[in-house]
Amino acid sequence: MQAKLTKIRNIYLTLRCKIINLKSIKGQMTPNHTDDAALGVQELENVVVRFSGDSGDGMQLAGNIFTNVSASVGNQVSTFPDYPAEIRAPQGSLSGVSGFQVSIGRNVFTPGDCCDVLVAMNPAALKRNAGFLKRNGIVIFDVDSCKEADLKKAEFKTLDPIAELGINAQVLEVPVTSMTKAALEGSGLDQKSVLKCRNIFALGLICWLFDRPLEGALTMLKAKFGKKPAIFEANSKVLTAGFDYGHNIHASVSTYRIQSNPAMPGIYTDINGNTATAWGLIMASERSGRPLFLGSYPITPATDILHELAKRKDLGVKAVQMEDEIAGICSAIGASFAGSLAVTSTSGPGLALKGEALGLAVMAELPLVVIDVQRGGPSTGLPTKTEQTDLMQALYGRNGECPLAVVAPTSPTDCFDMAFEACRIALEHMTPVILLSDAFIGNGSSAWRVPQANEYPEIHPPLLPANKANGSWKPYERQENLVRYWAIPGTEGATHRLGGLEKDCTTSAISTHPGNHEQMVELRRRKIANIALDIPSQRVHFDDDHTADTLLLGWGGTYGHLRTAAAELNAHGRKIAFTQLRYISPLPANMGEILAQYKKVIVAELNTGMLADYLQMHFPAAEIHRINKVQGQPFLVSELIEKIENILN
Amino acid sequence: MNPQYTPADFKSDQSVRWCAGCGDHAVLNCLHKAMAALGVPPHMTAVISGIGCSSRLPYYCNTYGFHTIHGRAAAIASGFKIANPQMTVWQISGDGDGLAIGGNHFIHALRRNIDINILLLNNEIYGLTKGQYSPTSPRGFVSKSSPYGTTEDPFIPAELAFGARATFFARSIDVELETTRACMISAARHKGAAVTEILQNCVIFNNGIHNPVAEKTVRASRTITLRQGEKMLFGPNLEFGLVRDGFQLKAVTIGHDGYTLDDVLVHDAHTASDILHRQLALMDGSDLPLALGVIRDVESPVYNEALQAQIEEVRAKKGFSSLRDVILAGETWTVG
Repeated sequence: MQAKLTKIRNIYLTLRCKIINLKSIKGQMTPNHTDDAALGVQELENVVVRFSGDSGDGMQLAGNIFTNVSASVGNQVSTFPDYPAEIRAPQGSLSGVSGFQVSIGRNVFTPGDCCDVLVAMNPAALKRNAGFLKRNGIVIFDVDSCKEADLKKAEFKTLDPIAELGINAQVLEVPVTSMTKAALEGSGLDQKSVLKCRNIFALGLICWLFDRPLEGALTMLKAKFGKKPAIFEANSKVLTAGFDYGHNIHASVSTYRIQSNPAMPGIYTDINGNTATAWGLIMASERSGRPLFLGSYPITPATDILHELAKRKDLGVKAVQMEDEIAGICSAIGASFAGSLAVTSTSGPGLALKGEALGLAVMAELPLVVIDVQRGGPSTGLPTKTEQTDLMQALYGRNGECPLAVVAPTSPTDCFDMAFEACRIALEHMTPVILLSDAFIGNGSSAWRVPQANEYPEIHPPLLPANKANGSWKPYERQENLVRYWAIPGTEGATHRLGGLEKDCTTSAISTHPGNHEQMVELRRRKIANIALDIPSQRVHFDDDHTADTLLLGWGGTYGHLRTAAAELNAHGRKIAFTQLRYISPLPANMGEILAQYKKVIVAELNTGMLADYLQMHFPAAEIHRINKVQGQPFLVSELIEKIENILN
Repeated sequence: MNPQYTPADFKSDQSVRWCAGCGDHAVLNCLHKAMAALGVPPHMTAVISGIGCSSRLPYYCNTYGFHTIHGRAAAIASGFKIANPQMTVWQISGDGDGLAIGGNHFIHALRRNIDINILLLNNEIYGLTKGQYSPTSPRGFVSKSSPYGTTEDPFIPAELAFGARATFFARSIDVELETTRACMISAARHKGAAVTEILQNCVIFNNGIHNPVAEKTVRASRTITLRQGEKMLFGPNLEFGLVRDGFQLKAVTIGHDGYTLDDVLVHDAHTASDILHRQLALMDGSDLPLALGVIRDVESPVYNEALQAQIEEVRAKKGFSSLRDVILAGETWTVG
């Protein structure tokens, strides 16, 4: 026992060196270093914890609760759920390992490359995740699930998994399973229900390690299991048991706090990208006065948007689960024709199925938002993993000359803003807009300040003015910005016919006239190009003095990693500018001007170079270098820095 | 008849471009008349179609109209009706559009019982692509894409509709103007998805395909027009009737073999059980007459109404008035 205590003390001391120790003072810009100095604490900005276990072990739940508890005490948080496509792969097998990584602290833009603390509920989880552990990190390992059979299932050859994996870390072997059972002795729960609480024991232990009061976790467990009092009771007992276990084995160790940058005052919540997307759509509905309609079909990793909007019947949202992807977009097109803010949500394979209908929306010039939460492809590909490989499909994946707007959110919270923007552009420019989210930001979460509605602009779709509803109005009549009017069915004097056949640009009747077709193609192209005048200019970071030679450029969900890499390079004297695109079609009006300022442009993206090709096509003079990764995983900051340095040299 | 509107109020200024002699002309005229009879204003009416000859129909109606893409009319009409339930929605599809490429949307629109009126114009051929067999062409049918005859069985639209739990099914023939118009009016008055199959002649690629039942000299004896609450009689002089014969239906001559008028079945489209409706709908004009008119018309919860009711119920219960209310009711913390 003495040896164990010493071991734990070592672990603790190490952790203390790793975690920023700040006073919890609201609004104070700089931390109070006095105590830190007295304790010999070295400042690091954040700590990364990774929970891993069987996909049925509840790692996502444990991780989510720890994230929320951390965010609610003021930490910035960024999460990365890494789960398999199989719902319940064979227990203890390598293919069934589910992980949840969270970074907490300050200046948190990513969930972190590697973790400081790894929780492994079984040998398979240990094997799969050991590679994510920082040198001298801490492993919390359930020794009870380390029997010969367990090791065999995880394909270990020896009985010492730590040595076999060559883990150079401090290992805290905790009898999670037997402690959980002990805590629930006499509870009357069956064995299976008892074992389901193991994750919460681990959560309790982590809460103790990071001095998180249990109240927050209990509130969240109550929300989750409130309707099953026995299960809630068991989980709260086990949570406390985990916390006490940590406390009892080393009661004398002081506790510490991790805190984030002081945030803007307001009410905050923890939000993942998919929920943020759903809420951004609702905000756009509130600001435009158009009722929100979602036509969708379940598909990983986009389904949570459907789930959230289905709940929002309490705000009048009509979320309809249709019979297939095509019906999802087609019902939305019908709803758009009928006067709604219409949306369909999907992932890459679904976008492929929606292609023809998207063309109809382009041709009929109806507002429509298509959300693609990108995943690994082609075909079924890697359903639960992240990629940016749908860019070309979004830009060009339709028959005919078929331009539309494409935007991409940069983080879980930016999903709210860009979903709103997608709606604004769709409604005010009468066009389909594709929102390219991805599995990483869709499932990842951050703390988010709840906005007031008036922080977002009113949206004014070009509804047909009453004086034009006189029976002679033509549907393809355009305003100055080339946008046609939207006559809502039910309006007297505005009956009209739309369709996928080419129309005469003046009479709006069916036309096969060669010159007319070319003119309409050009009008549709210019209508989209005009959107560039209605979006913000692109901003460049880390180069206010215009001295950088090289620009690091990305788009969408890689923002956190790219920004962190650029910040670290600049902090180490390697001057580099950084910009992240959120508007891809059309590009911001100052895009060419920005690219012309830099000798080298490094385009980093999670595909084989789609944005790089697109930019090179539009700006042939730019010297574009590429950093690409197609592994179904986000970038690591470390690998970005290494590759950028190679290019810089 | 509602005196407020005439068929002309529903005609658009576009010239109709179907082939001379095409059955679609008659269907369009019947629809204009039915719309006028229903009295729903043109601006409260929408006509939505897919792709095919018959799918050009929306251009010829002075209503809101949408000529969409192949097979998807039912899905688009569904979204339209859910979003804007005050509108009366007509969906125009052919046998290829509605039952082949659009088969999935067709059955699901019926299953959901969305309040749309589907006109299924069945000519057993792909006309717009110039003569390929369709999912309603009979086995062995010779066409450009089946030069040696098809080796597959067709759908019987009624059977498919009943399988998808249709709450309304009616049938007419393009040349049966009065029946067509009456079916359309009944379909529009029905709450829920209504299928009206119209046997329609393609004068160019499948001329005369419905002649065995549609031809003037045989029509009276090979078809029966069903009317709610009336005896199932047919024949040039209504001398034949339908009676039950064990588990089957049987056509008899009144006054022969001991059958009297009292033995003849009375039509009831509103009965919940669909067993007799199915038997009637599957009569094909050979041994038993092809059934025309409203075969089934029953009440069942309507999707768009149930959705609206659920929204109102949930809204009343939760009492949220904005997104912010919803978020603040969840897990939050305050900074500042």
